[in-house]
Amino acid sequence: MSINWFKYSSPQTFYPLAGKMIPWFVWLATIFAIAGLYISFAVAPTDFQQGEAYRIIFVHVPAAWMSMVIYIVMAGWAALGLALNARLSAMMAQALAPTGAIFTLLALVTGSLWGKPMWGAWWVWDARLTSELILLFLYLGFIALQASIDDPRRADRAGALLALVGVVNVPIIYFSVKWWNTLHQGSSINMGAAPKMAATMLMGMLLMALAFWMYTVAVALMRVRCIMLERERSSDWVKELSVTAGGKL
Amino acid sequence: MNGAWMTVLKRDLLLAFRRRSDVATTLFFFLIVSSLFPLGIGPEPTVLSSIAPGVLWVAALLAGMLSLTRLFAADFADGSLEQMLLAPQPLTLLVTAKVLAHWLVCGLPVVLLAPLIGLQYALPNDALFVLIISLLLGTPALSLIGAIGAALTLGVRGSGLLVALLVLPLYIPVLIFGAGAVAASQHGMSAQAHLSLLAACSLLALVLAPLATAAALRISVE
Repeated sequence: MSINWFKYSSPQTFYPLAGKMIPWFVWLATIFAIAGLYISFAVAPTDFQQGEAYRIIFVHVPAAWMSMVIYIVMAGWAALGLALNARLSAMMAQALAPTGAIFTLLALVTGSLWGKPMWGAWWVWDARLTSELILLFLYLGFIALQASIDDPRRADRAGALLALVGVVNVPIIYFSVKWWNTLHQGSSINMGAAPKMAATMLMGMLLMALAFWMYTVAVALMRVRCIMLERERSSDWVKELSVTAGGKL
Repeated sequence: MNGAWMTVLKRDLLLAFRRRSDVATTLFFFLIVSSLFPLGIGPEPTVLSSIAPGVLWVAALLAGMLSLTRLFAADFADGSLEQMLLAPQPLTLLVTAKVLAHWLVCGLPVVLLAPLIGLQYALPNDALFVLIISLLLGTPALSLIGAIGAALTLGVRGSGLLVALLVLPLYIPVLIFGAGAVAASQHGMSAQAHLSLLAACSLLALVLAPLATAAALRISVE
């Protein structure tokens, strides 16, 4: 039996599949979020040094993880799109970028909200903060480039190339910022030396990360459906869809 | 192949020579930006010499970036870029010739002017020397990485600002190592580690950036 690996690589077949998948991921995201928030706020003990304010890490750390994971996944889709010349891959990359940028921003904002009571400063030029900020710039560059090119095919390929250049540069940027930081001010704040985390805290964090992950999939699928409709608006399957949907599309 | 490379290089240099004011604009920009900082911050020599590495490097970076949009725009407008794409010689090679010409026209003058401004910032002699070396090693990477951004934004709305958004985050390592080298020598430390890393950045950019630029040009022109 041979499997047709490319069955769902065309927008026409992927559109209904994505539509069926979205509710599942929405439900998973909701369940994980409820469980994660319950553990974060009700079960996890109060930190004896940081008090209640530490609970923001249950949002902060998963958001920071997701911001990095999404960039890599986005670059992966971009590479696939360039290599196989697949439209859908480029659309997925485009659909992931705003979510990635939002998570990066969320990580930065929650980080500074946490930093004010803990470090006494909204912002420090710590290596992680700085590289997260640069990651936000990379996302914004990708979104801006795609938005300013009118031809969608060119926008896809230019964006994909930029994402790949970015992914090659991310480790270089990270290490340069890290060395810069240690050379300049010495590590006045060392997040790595924090006391070992309690198991419940880790559990809450992992559940929240899973919730964010499922949310990302759901939102990316919703966005990619919109992109598909917009791009393929003159094709037959979209016209048929709009007839069957009866103007609700 | 060498012939084509030399031809592109000579042609670009000749074009730049015919439009000397473009080169002068880059230099004046560098001069003005770096003169603004003392006016904003104050004439204190100790303060100035401590901010000098960063200010001079950022000014050099911005000056190089402003001229990036010109790298392919004229060739794109008159169709000679298409001929380069169709030429039997590898595009990657022709791109390196164009980038080298850009560096000779926009990068090298900045490198030569930098020690003069360094003097205004009360930099000691050995720091001035390190500044020149670091700019010599680092500015080629700026031109090479910038070429990717210039190629991607060819003929795009608002390409000047877009180039800044795309390219500046990628410039950060070069800025860190370049300014770090000068600062290290100011503090009596060896600048060798920074300079080695800077050279590594340039060499890596020399290998990878022309490939990416050629791919970007094919995407933009097709």
